[in-house]
Amino acid sequence: MTAPLQLALLLLTLGFSRGLQPGPRDDYEESAETERVFAASKYGSLWPLPQKVKISDVSFKLTGVTFRITDAKGSSSGASCSLLQNAYRRYYEYIFGGSRVQHGAEGRRAGPSVLTELQVLIVSADSECERFPAVTSDESYELTVDQPYAVLKAPKVWGALRGLETFSQLVYEDEYGAKSINSTTISDFPRFAHRGILLDTSRHFLPIKVILANLEAMAMNKFNVFHWHIVDDQSFPYMSRTFPHISQQGAYHPYTHVYTPADVKMVIEFGRLRGIRVVPEFDTPGHTQSWGKGQKDLLTPCYSGDKPSGSFGPVNPILNTTYDFMSKFFKEISGVFPDAYVHLGGDEVDFNCWKSNPDIQKFMEQQGFGQDFSKLESFYIQKLLDIVATTQKGYMIWQEVFDNGVKLKPDTVVHVWIGGGANEEMGKVTAAGYTTILSAPWYLDYISYAQDWQKYYKADPQDFKGTEAQKKLVIGGEACLWGEYVDATNLTPRLWPRASAVGERLWSAVDVTDINDAFSRLSVHRCRMVERGIPAEPLFSSYCPREYKGI
Amino acid sequence: MEAARCVTFGQYLRPHFYLLLLIFLRNGPHTVEGVWPLPQTFTSSIERSPLSPEAFYFEYGSQSAAQQGCSVLDAAFTRYFPLIFPDYTGNGVLRFYADKPFRLVITVDRDDCESYPNEDSSERYNLSVSARQASLNAETVWGALRGLETFSQLVYQDDFGSYFVNKTEIVDFPRFQFRGILLDTSRHYLPVKTILQTLDAMAYSKFNVFHWHIVDDPSFPYQSRTYPDLSSKGAFHPMTHIYTQSDVRRVISHARLWGIRVLPEFDSPGHTASWGKGQSDLLTPCYRGSSLSGTFGPVNPVLPSTYQFMARLFKEVSSVFPDSHIHLGGDEVNFSCWSSNPDIRAFMKKMGFGVDFTKLEAFYMENIVNITSALNKTAIVWQDVFDYHELRSSLSVVEVWKGGCYLCEVRRVAKAGLRVILASPWYLDQPGPTHNWARFYTVWPLAFKGTEEQKKLVIGGEVCMWGEYVDATNLTPRLWPRASAAAERLWSDEKQTSSADKAFPRFQDLRCKLVRRGIRAEPLYVGHCKHEYQGV
Repeated sequence: MTAPLQLALLLLTLGFSRGLQPGPRDDYEESAETERVFAASKYGSLWPLPQKVKISDVSFKLTGVTFRITDAKGSSSGASCSLLQNAYRRYYEYIFGGSRVQHGAEGRRAGPSVLTELQVLIVSADSECERFPAVTSDESYELTVDQPYAVLKAPKVWGALRGLETFSQLVYEDEYGAKSINSTTISDFPRFAHRGILLDTSRHFLPIKVILANLEAMAMNKFNVFHWHIVDDQSFPYMSRTFPHISQQGAYHPYTHVYTPADVKMVIEFGRLRGIRVVPEFDTPGHTQSWGKGQKDLLTPCYSGDKPSGSFGPVNPILNTTYDFMSKFFKEISGVFPDAYVHLGGDEVDFNCWKSNPDIQKFMEQQGFGQDFSKLESFYIQKLLDIVATTQKGYMIWQEVFDNGVKLKPDTVVHVWIGGGANEEMGKVTAAGYTTILSAPWYLDYISYAQDWQKYYKADPQDFKGTEAQKKLVIGGEACLWGEYVDATNLTPRLWPRASAVGERLWSAVDVTDINDAFSRLSVHRCRMVERGIPAEPLFSSYCPREYKGI
Repeated sequence: MEAARCVTFGQYLRPHFYLLLLIFLRNGPHTVEGVWPLPQTFTSSIERSPLSPEAFYFEYGSQSAAQQGCSVLDAAFTRYFPLIFPDYTGNGVLRFYADKPFRLVITVDRDDCESYPNEDSSERYNLSVSARQASLNAETVWGALRGLETFSQLVYQDDFGSYFVNKTEIVDFPRFQFRGILLDTSRHYLPVKTILQTLDAMAYSKFNVFHWHIVDDPSFPYQSRTYPDLSSKGAFHPMTHIYTQSDVRRVISHARLWGIRVLPEFDSPGHTASWGKGQSDLLTPCYRGSSLSGTFGPVNPVLPSTYQFMARLFKEVSSVFPDSHIHLGGDEVNFSCWSSNPDIRAFMKKMGFGVDFTKLEAFYMENIVNITSALNKTAIVWQDVFDYHELRSSLSVVEVWKGGCYLCEVRRVAKAGLRVILASPWYLDQPGPTHNWARFYTVWPLAFKGTEEQKKLVIGGEVCMWGEYVDATNLTPRLWPRASAAAERLWSDEKQTSSADKAFPRFQDLRCKLVRRGIRAEPLYVGHCKHEYQGV
């Protein structure tokens, strides 16, 4: 995840694409591929593909004048559930967006083939409307589109949100521009419970507006975890109430490049309303340069010879003050972020600075670690995990922590990210009985020429040798968009629709692998995102009926 | 190197030297101001003048051939005022003292205000900034535009938001006359708004040619007066995905006001699948064995009707586009369809071409070039045409696009006495990681063995943004700031700009300037801009 590794990989990618030197235009394949856009899928533009879909030829019309999304009688959530009421309005606008209601049409009565209502029925006694989504949340739903009205049935509001997205994707325009929907039955649930996107707000600051727009796009693709890699070496934009000087000194700018408590709250609530968890990552002991600017004695002073060199390394693991700080800090974090998990990082610790420091060497000796600095790392992580455990949070960690043999709580989620051997790693982690998520094949900050979404689409988190029980420990995956080369100017088109490929892999059934069918659905899905204001980049030469309106 | 050093000194030896140094140390090289592309000669001192938006005036010099009412310059003043004073809102400013006026006096030798920039237009200018006055002298209004851009980049703000400009002397002119950007509006339709904004950004980097690859296989968005079926049948959508005549005029007039030429490309005989939808019998019917396969190949070069059609189309095109040049394409012609067609084979035999289809292509291009020269247009063609052509005398400008040893090709073309435009090293549709801007910077267009005369035949270069994977959603960050790396190579002195490392801080500064001006220019590496992009 650090620059050097990424750099090397980027250069590899680059070398490859340079070697290709494609002609200005790749003549003949092109027309063949272009045609593929128009080979419509029998599943229309559904993305990700639901588990069970039956679409009939019978179609109904919808008009903005008569159509309503309402709470069904007997639903456990009603007008007081603002999460759903907000969603109803949002999806009404997505469906009827451009076309404004015409005056004079109000009195017109619905004809026999008009669908006038989508009734939403939450069946379980606790709709969870006021709660936060969790890894255990039930996102299943059943959708029936038929006369006289359509019914969306879900145990919890989370399933209803997913079903509303699906419903909106079933609506299309006929040749006269009228909104239409076919009689359809869908029964749907996610294949994996953890379907995440990682955004990095340390290498470049991302304005709140950009984060919110991407939460919108995540909901359109049924993602449910926003992994907020909020701080790192380069900057510390998280404004801590307990330690305000960290962002004052460690952010790019103390006022314009920070996330205030109100900003963070807004992101969390915006996510909740879309069934998206916000999992913050506070990566230690490495990746912490920016922490040190505002927090004295937190980082290890590096030595050159027998004098401090003036530079600093990872968090200093031998001082009690370090752990006092971490206790207070993570106590705050556990209050600010409601999710049951916090990501503790733990990746890519550089041992050179630790090695250079005589105090650390002495400590190593005392502890009997010899020259094995991974033991020191484990020592630190162990203590940190104990601290975080007292805050009643579960934790996620990058794979190195597991590799180094740190003792983990049984509910720890191990995040596998190192490319090459990721499959074996998944096998090892699950054999040890830990739950795991996969990111290795989904580093979307690596870019190359042509349609790399296909590569993301083909990767599968359960593609490793292991027992059924092991496979069950795989709870999902995350697409990572590291921030070295990405900020508000280019993030959204770089992420979408490439991340959509990951979205379908994590939601749909294991046997949904037809790449041509995927291309057809995804092309239309990307145009739908564009219409909804998300600048999702094109897959290949072609067009959208309504092109991106921004600049 | 001398000039570069002067720039640096100008930056740091300000009264707030230590403060700035502190900021510099903390934030990295973001406070390095400078001009991009680097002017040819540039001296600047620590003496600075404050500028106030309330007391800043553009003025025509008394000796200037152009005066108030000059469309190009009047419009430029309106555009540059907010670029020079980005924070200025025009209201609510409390002033505690009367600002002393600062005058930017513009003098041009020729009143070419109503003309179009062309391949011979001088873009040279002198800019002299002293206390409370700057004088900008140029032969043409186009030179004055380049000088205004430079002036706008010289103005900086201190930590309190006040504007300053340092005492500066600049003599500047482009190294190459042709500095272009190709946009492809066939593989994806680009809304007019997107094209106009790209023209704005081009002017910020002193590009002067918009090469409009307007049609190709996938779609034909140009709405022709003579052949309206071409777009009504060949565009992605006949109403929403077309360029009407007024759209085209708008692009041309917007470009003119920035001193940018619009060079249209109507590529044939290949890359014409979309033409065939609205013009029957234009394309070659392909055969499978002895029967028609139902598919079509390149333009049919054996029918007289083809040339009648082309003559009428190019007659229209040459009146719609005022530029003296026209790009005729001629690349990547696939011969398999031609060779399947018995009529074509018979024609080949009659002409004595044997089975050498490059001769047929040369024959076709010869005819098309003749059509456009009769219309007083100079043709530009892709290198394929040069490579195949035996009668090179009819050619004038060749664009080199293929990879490999592109300078070998440049040399061959120059040796043949033809003018060259270089595009090979600047294919920006390939999304390298952005830090790789250096790859587009460290290009040496004249590093081939040849005489001075031959090197003069290299008239410039061009950034190509092919459209397979690019539309309005991602064009701008993919193009900027990487295209600006090519811009400096094409404008500035090569010796002064040979190091990408040295250019890097100035380039980062340019990127933040572009973002400040509302251009979605992507980041080069980790870091931040004082004013981040505000869109989504």
